[in-house]
Amino acid sequence: MSSALKINGIRKCFGKGDNTVEVLKRIDIDVASGEFLILVGPSGCGKSTLLNIIAGLEEPTEGSISIGDRNVVGVPPAQRDIAMVFQSYALYPTMSVAENIGFALEIRKVPKAERQARIAEVAAMLQIEHLLDRRPSQLSGGQRQRVAMGRALARNPQLFLFDEPLSNLDAKLRVEMRAEIKRLHQLSGITSVYVTHDQVEAMTLGSRIAVMKGGVLQQLGTPDDIYNRPANTYVATFIGSPTMNLIEGRASGVEQFTIAGAQLALAAPSNASKPTLLGLRPEHIRLSDAAAWRGIVNLVEPTGADTYVVVDTAAGKVTVRAAPQTQVRPGDAVGLEIQAEHITWFDQASGLRL
Amino acid sequence: MNTKFFSMLMLWRVLLYVTLLIGAAFFLAPLYVMVVTSLKDADEIRQHSLVSLPGGLNFDAWRLAWDSACTGAQCSGLEPFFWNSVWMTIPAVLISTTWGALNGYVLSLWKFRGSETLFAFLLFGVFMPFQVVLLPMSQVLGWMGMSSSIAGLILVHLLAGLPSTTLFFRNYYAAVPKDLLNAARMDGAGFWMIFLRIIVPMSTPIVMVTLIWQFTQIWNDFLFGVAFSGADSKPITVGLNNLANTTSSVKAYNVDMAAALIAGLPTMLVYVVAGRYFVRGLTAGAVKG
Repeated sequence: MSSALKINGIRKCFGKGDNTVEVLKRIDIDVASGEFLILVGPSGCGKSTLLNIIAGLEEPTEGSISIGDRNVVGVPPAQRDIAMVFQSYALYPTMSVAENIGFALEIRKVPKAERQARIAEVAAMLQIEHLLDRRPSQLSGGQRQRVAMGRALARNPQLFLFDEPLSNLDAKLRVEMRAEIKRLHQLSGITSVYVTHDQVEAMTLGSRIAVMKGGVLQQLGTPDDIYNRPANTYVATFIGSPTMNLIEGRASGVEQFTIAGAQLALAAPSNASKPTLLGLRPEHIRLSDAAAWRGIVNLVEPTGADTYVVVDTAAGKVTVRAAPQTQVRPGDAVGLEIQAEHITWFDQASGLRL
Repeated sequence: MNTKFFSMLMLWRVLLYVTLLIGAAFFLAPLYVMVVTSLKDADEIRQHSLVSLPGGLNFDAWRLAWDSACTGAQCSGLEPFFWNSVWMTIPAVLISTTWGALNGYVLSLWKFRGSETLFAFLLFGVFMPFQVVLLPMSQVLGWMGMSSSIAGLILVHLLAGLPSTTLFFRNYYAAVPKDLLNAARMDGAGFWMIFLRIIVPMSTPIVMVTLIWQFTQIWNDFLFGVAFSGADSKPITVGLNNLANTTSSVKAYNVDMAAALIAGLPTMLVYVVAGRYFVRGLTAGAVKG
């Protein structure tokens, strides 16, 4: 597949002299045509700045952006053949829904008949035909979200940009609109870049995920890569809820790994002198009376589908995903059985996966 | 206990209303005196008290004040002054409001290096006593060949009002979300298209506030009117002053009162027509999409 978007060595600095803050430190990402790329990270990681640079709302300090075969640095946003959905929806308050959707076409001097056909088509796609004459202030949050997407869809752009589009919606609507965005992407096949701080959105929507922190790309990969083969401890703990357990220890012989208070029969991929982190997701640990690694139950959190049990061990708190009907109570002594094939090992000093 | 509490409450209520009514009467009394006096003839004024009602609806004083009372040597009433004020106020209000909207749009939504400093300097204009600009302004008007003309007065009022109108619009537009502008830019709209199609249509409340404010300021202005006008470009405030100061054997209070009411009616009318927008515009800060 050809690359639809090429982010090439992008740096962005704000301020000047001694007060310069580098918010993006050489970002390189290649997005294939039809892909759904997620930029995810905590607030202040530079993901929105990167999106604005792709959109042309900000210029990079260094590096280049190509959309299709065209280098677009210096090209105004309107001429980049892109459309963007904003967090605040940014609908034009004095225009009707139809006028909002058709505005970009009107500016591009698309004939009225063609414009109306396009508006009708987009409205049908989003099931908002009955709202076309209303003003944005007469719509609910979810409806505004749909109109914002309709406005972007109407232009049939080469690239779709989403800036945290679901964060103003309540939980139920968010799940609904998430599915809607996925459906629309499958329907239109338009390459999309989607910024979020929500790791569930990242996992469910993305064909690839770019995890960012402090202006640095931590890992770029498929949701499966990111979840099962995190590049470092930051990615490991950022993605997944509850978060991955990281247990300090060091190899102490052949097939022996020592952690505080227990000896585990595991082959760590590091030499004996190096402190190592054993990473395990809650679903890869089982409560078992027979296990050698023991602890005391601190907290039981039933979520309906699963019950999460937080266990105090000598090596720290460990979260375990247990069956919903699990009958343990705070204060119970339990054993922890590890599924060795799912362990991710990290070097403790660098945080990198071994 | 309970009834005592309620009777206390009632007492406070009554006191409150009495106080408010006295306050209202205090402020309305001059208006009342003006209206009744303007409807009396000279004999009635002399024989009855200040607050007594007139014998009938006698509009002679109004007619005199409008077209034949003497303002100095000339005896054609307030009419010519009234039209001077109209031809001065309408363009000055419209231009200063439009220009202020444009300034506010740039200063809020198209910030450039130094735009905040520029705005700080503009703010000086809001608080500057106008007396300090009288002499330099008169000099400038002379150079431009606009001395003693309505056009010159329009220019002066335009410049004097611009800081306020800019401030109003700049603060109103400060609440416009940045994303709205970005969305329009991505849709392909430029500076003027965004202003005319998106920003202006959502400005009704602040436009009303600015129109009322500017109309009141310019219509009621006396200082510029007396300083910069010529023989046939005097605004109504100057005309009223001349009318009231022209001495004849008997002071025609009824004509003075009618003239004052004529001078004040347009601003009152504007406030009655657009007043609800004024309050709404002052309280509505946020623009929600």
